[in-house]
Amino acid sequence: MTDKEIAKIKFGLDSFGDIPVDENGKLFTHAEAIRQVIKEAVLADKLGIDVIALGEHHRPDFSISSPETVLAAIAGQTKNIKLASGVTVLSSDDPVRVFERFSTLDAVSNGRAQVILGRGSFTESFPLFGYELTDYETLFAEKIELFTQLLKEKPVTWQGTKRAPLDNADVYPKTESGHLDTLVGVGGSPQSMVRAAHYGLPVVLAIIGGSPERFVPYIDLYKRAAKEFGTEAHPVGMHSPGFIADSDKEARDIAWPAHKKNFDRIGKTRGWSPITRDHFINEVENGSLYIGSVETVAQKIAKAIKALGVQRFDLVYGGGPMPASARLKMVQLYGEKVIPRVRELLAEKSE
Amino acid sequence: MNIKTIGIIGAGKVGIVLAQLALKAGYQVFIAGSASADKIALTVSVLAPGAIALTSKEVAERSDVIILAIPLGKYQQLPKDELDGKLVIDAMNYWWEIDGDRPDLTNPGVSSSEVVQQYLSQSRVVKAFNHIGYHDLHDESRPEGASNRKAIAIAGDSAEDIREVTQIVNNLGFDPVFIGKLSEGIKLQPGGQVFGAHVDAPQLRQMIKNFAIIK
Repeated sequence: MTDKEIAKIKFGLDSFGDIPVDENGKLFTHAEAIRQVIKEAVLADKLGIDVIALGEHHRPDFSISSPETVLAAIAGQTKNIKLASGVTVLSSDDPVRVFERFSTLDAVSNGRAQVILGRGSFTESFPLFGYELTDYETLFAEKIELFTQLLKEKPVTWQGTKRAPLDNADVYPKTESGHLDTLVGVGGSPQSMVRAAHYGLPVVLAIIGGSPERFVPYIDLYKRAAKEFGTEAHPVGMHSPGFIADSDKEARDIAWPAHKKNFDRIGKTRGWSPITRDHFINEVENGSLYIGSVETVAQKIAKAIKALGVQRFDLVYGGGPMPASARLKMVQLYGEKVIPRVRELLAEKSE
Repeated sequence: MNIKTIGIIGAGKVGIVLAQLALKAGYQVFIAGSASADKIALTVSVLAPGAIALTSKEVAERSDVIILAIPLGKYQQLPKDELDGKLVIDAMNYWWEIDGDRPDLTNPGVSSSEVVQQYLSQSRVVKAFNHIGYHDLHDESRPEGASNRKAIAIAGDSAEDIREVTQIVNNLGFDPVFIGKLSEGIKLQPGGQVFGAHVDAPQLRQMIKNFAIIK
């Protein structure tokens, strides 16, 4: 890749506010877990990491249910880092309120807000906010349609079936740039790629298992669909989980128990069996867990960026009950060593 | 019967991967999504080039065997009449986050494929491809005899149908493991040890032997 191309590539850190543990293995409170994320984001900003993305959950194992509130706190203590949600579950939210909250964040942060809209992989928010799971498709389809109209920052007249209609409604605050940075988070459903292309919105792929290469045709689909709709095909981003430590062994030893707890707890509600160490290692070596030393993780990220041609890589960090100190150190290694090394690897001539 | 055409009802993550594997194995592939054929035509032409997008009724009519890959909760939307007399492979699972609370699909004594069979009373339902995740399905497909080839369990009532599905599983890149009648398919469902498993045939047989509901 050329220097110019490499300079365009953005690196991010994503968190759902997983609950870390202290040096005695004691779980943080939700409040402490949120403050930990703020601390990590402040460090990330100092290290020049491009984006912090915080995803919304409504369950005990994740502390963040209101990403933009945490992002606003981060805004006050940082200078450059982009403040993203990852994702905002639009289906069970109100597009008008989402716009208001993020345009407010955009004001607070001098234009650093970014919304990543998605359907989410959890559905606790549906009963919580009074939505029917059977409306899963319709809710997202209608609300993204409304949201894209709101993005024009002009009065909106709109009618759907799942929300009160709007009649020439104007929504505030307006952004200074006139454009609230908005993306769609996609988990691999082909129709979601087509929908994002339909609205001319950029896509971030959540690649949380298996080989990243299998998404190559999905990116092609996005581009082809955009062409068909006459919309702009934006650069695509990806996010995948990982963890970095001084050596491969150390990284695996820290990440494995936390990953297992996380995976098995979710598996229990979804009906899959506990993860084995072999499965974990296979995912680390061949799949989508970016776990290891600086060199291992940098190599893996560079490989994925090249294979998919993405212009953004976000590392979902701190999955499961991980020591807070190890998380902070990971942020340091990612910003100081992994990202520069990835850029170096991308600059190398491919054979 | 010499199976040449495979129909897939469902053009989501699982349906698309199955279409890719079936094409690679040399089958003629028809595929349907939940909406009209033209809505998925672009998706299919890019992700599974060679497959033909049709309506679910047309897929059912024109295919030798039909794989079901829609959310299980929507099984009553399947084209029952067109599936009459057909061999149908049920790759669906109950997923409460998509399907919602469905006591009809979660009776602990009845496999969900039996519920599907009851609805498709004139079809021959065999359960397969349900217990392996879609990305493992994509990444782990290997030619017969390859080392570390993964296994896929099959449950069904007719010896002839099992033979056909065994051949398909093998052609799509996995070691077929017959586990018993359709009712035994409950061992492959969410909540059981096999669900989510991508293991080789001896390991899969062992898991079936040791079957116990985790919870």
